[in-house]
Amino acid sequence: MAAAPKIIVVGGGLAGLAAVIKIAEAGGTVDLFSVVPVKRSHSVCAQGGINAAKNLKGEGDTTAKHFDDTIYGGDFLANQTPVKAMCEAGPAIIDLLDRMGVPFNRTPEGLLDFRRFGGTLYHRTAFAGATTGQQLLYALDEQVRRYESEGKVKKYEGWEFLSAVIDNQGVCRGITAMDLRSMEVRAFAADAIILATGGNGAIFGKSTNSVVCTGSANSAIYQQGAYYANGEFIQVHPTCIPGEDKLRLMSESARGEGGRVWVPRELNDKRDPTTIPESDRWYFLEEWYPKYGNLVPRDVATRAIHKVVYEHHLGIDGQPMVYLDLTHIDRATLDRKLEGILEIYEKFVGDDPRVTPMKIFPGMHYTMGGLWVDFNQMTNIPGVFAAGEAEYQYHGANRLGANSLLSCIHGGFISGPNAIRYAKSLPAVEGDGGAAAEVARQNELNRRLLSATGTENPFRIWRELGELMTKNVTVIRYNNNLMDTDQQIQKLQERYWNINLSDKSQWANTSFAFARQLGNMLQLARVITLGALMRDESRGAHYKPDFPDRNDEKFLKTTKAKFAGEQAAPQFEYEDVDTQFITPRPRRYDAAA
Amino acid sequence: MAERTVQVEIKRQAAPDKPAVWEKYELAWRPGLNITSVLMDIAMNPVTKDGKQTTAVAYDSNCLEEVCGSCSMVINGKARMACSALVDKLEQPIKIQPLTKFPIVRDLQVDRSVLFENLKAVQAWVPLDGTYDLGAGPRQLPQLQEERYPLSRCISCCICMEVCPQFNDETGFVGAATIAQAKLFNEDPLGKVLKEERLRALAGDGGVQECGFAQNCVQACPKQLPLTQAISDMERDVMVQQLKDFFTN
Repeated sequence: MAAAPKIIVVGGGLAGLAAVIKIAEAGGTVDLFSVVPVKRSHSVCAQGGINAAKNLKGEGDTTAKHFDDTIYGGDFLANQTPVKAMCEAGPAIIDLLDRMGVPFNRTPEGLLDFRRFGGTLYHRTAFAGATTGQQLLYALDEQVRRYESEGKVKKYEGWEFLSAVIDNQGVCRGITAMDLRSMEVRAFAADAIILATGGNGAIFGKSTNSVVCTGSANSAIYQQGAYYANGEFIQVHPTCIPGEDKLRLMSESARGEGGRVWVPRELNDKRDPTTIPESDRWYFLEEWYPKYGNLVPRDVATRAIHKVVYEHHLGIDGQPMVYLDLTHIDRATLDRKLEGILEIYEKFVGDDPRVTPMKIFPGMHYTMGGLWVDFNQMTNIPGVFAAGEAEYQYHGANRLGANSLLSCIHGGFISGPNAIRYAKSLPAVEGDGGAAAEVARQNELNRRLLSATGTENPFRIWRELGELMTKNVTVIRYNNNLMDTDQQIQKLQERYWNINLSDKSQWANTSFAFARQLGNMLQLARVITLGALMRDESRGAHYKPDFPDRNDEKFLKTTKAKFAGEQAAPQFEYEDVDTQFITPRPRRYDAAA
Repeated sequence: MAERTVQVEIKRQAAPDKPAVWEKYELAWRPGLNITSVLMDIAMNPVTKDGKQTTAVAYDSNCLEEVCGSCSMVINGKARMACSALVDKLEQPIKIQPLTKFPIVRDLQVDRSVLFENLKAVQAWVPLDGTYDLGAGPRQLPQLQEERYPLSRCISCCICMEVCPQFNDETGFVGAATIAQAKLFNEDPLGKVLKEERLRALAGDGGVQECGFAQNCVQACPKQLPLTQAISDMERDVMVQQLKDFFTN
């Protein structure tokens, strides 16, 4: 073992950068791989804020209450030990971000301001306008740039992770990655690797996620033997702007600042929404959930909107949408606290949400599931760690708003030092640790794709996958549809090998890179779909009308999917959940008490 | 072809050492199309207007909501973000080409790493003691946050550099984005510990003095950063620093 451990971090969003900072600070050296320049990572899209029980509003908030809200919000599926640690770490993380220069909104006394978010009754969310993720990512990016200029970090931006290099003892010894310009595949040695490769919205076609959120890296390591946990738990965000290319997020902070969701009581009400009188508006969230109102957790709000649109047959001018209304809030407050998101609505829809209610509908947003990790953030493959949305452990069956930025940074901060600790006791590698063989395997995969002379276009297969998954594996799930979806995915997999790339060149070939990602997306789609099929209950974001209740006896368990071969269905195992601190209780946001 | 179509012309270049050619496309119109969805439509059916098989267009994009800064390109002669460029608001044929002041990679992809190097040169960061728990940061009045926040919304799209007449090999000008970031950190209660070093880095050739106040940057910036204000503030601070350095050395 060399004196300074060499760690590879894959992914330069909040979790990856947080890990890099801890490793560099501890004296390790880091190679940081990212598909895009790290400053352009998907964390920039987070809007509303970051949770921590700082209790600066005299409400008596505590980290214990944050812990309870998170566990209850996640319908008791999350292991409680790591969640408790995350909530306890929250206040110090906010202080650190503040010291890094994040322009958090302030109170008149110069303290951090906090706002409300879903699933809690406390003002617990620190925010920088409505671009908090962008501001946090930039702060970490700046610290990493500082370490880069000191020679402690080497960035490989524009490189895509393909696989781990695993030696004959089953221990990770590095990665293979592809240069997205020269398309060259190379092996990079490391004592440990951290995958901070984010979510998988692309599997659902249109989502709130960025283009790079394909889940490809997570799927690749799953296919090398890592367990994938709770894949069936997909968060559909209640308030998105439907679009041609993506579903743009309209932050929960809009409701945190007083935004109200309503729908005209008449289906074909053609009136301008501002002229519809109160008596003709249905504020269904406030009516159904008097205690939390518009700030119920996302899964609850999403199902309520679905119910209003598909069971009560309401909408806006016949379209499946509802209003998110900010027009009762004064313009100065809106601009000071929400400008970033109002600007997005204005630019992409063309209406001013300060004047007219926004039209929104739920959209795929986040995966609670991800790579299985232990409490040290290590997967079951020794030397492979994971952090951020790429792993599963902080959000259970439903994530509370503004907990994702916290879990990313906390997970990064835990994984970095643990990777160093692990690396320090790692026996020396024998030979190349399997690097040459792994590069050869990847080159063979590339050759197969580039030489395929079929008829299929990878982007079209992707579009079909997205439509299928969105229809059957999001808000409402039926077993017969899930079974059919799995059959359809297998047909798409067959068509995948009948691909014909329009571009077979060896320079910045984006179709080729996408085709590689698509193969991995298809495998992960089966994990999500079959995980949902197996879980005959309703819990958090996973809802089956045929099994409407939570079933703790059978399913208070973590789903673990194991890869069983390119054409085989994943194998499922179930693991008990750590519930040692808070005894599971019914999750009832409609209760008045 | 569908009744209503979108006419698009794109400047293609297979590699830096290959010649550039314009290709024409005719696509089915749909409501709400933006330029990134046009490029995705071409990827799904890579055929030119005259029926010739072609390749998917290489371009950078990620968030598609004008926050990540990836998809800057020149659309109908104007440097802007492709995601927020709505087809219905553009004159057709829509002409799309890469940014012109950065090395070409392929098609609409260019290499903008120069900005990230410039940010190193001005030390656009707070030099933290460490990431361990050192307690709360200093109190800051809301007025300071309101001054810093707009500068912190820079998405590194490099459009301010593309449109600046002074941003070229001859001047070596760092460009407006870097100067604005230097100001952002000079105003931070802790970041200002490096204020003098940042000002010295912006003095001399390629520094703040190269600005010719054409004001193109502030007009083109998709996030409406107060760029000319930042430049003139920094120009003043650089001058004061130079005077101080002159009299103390």
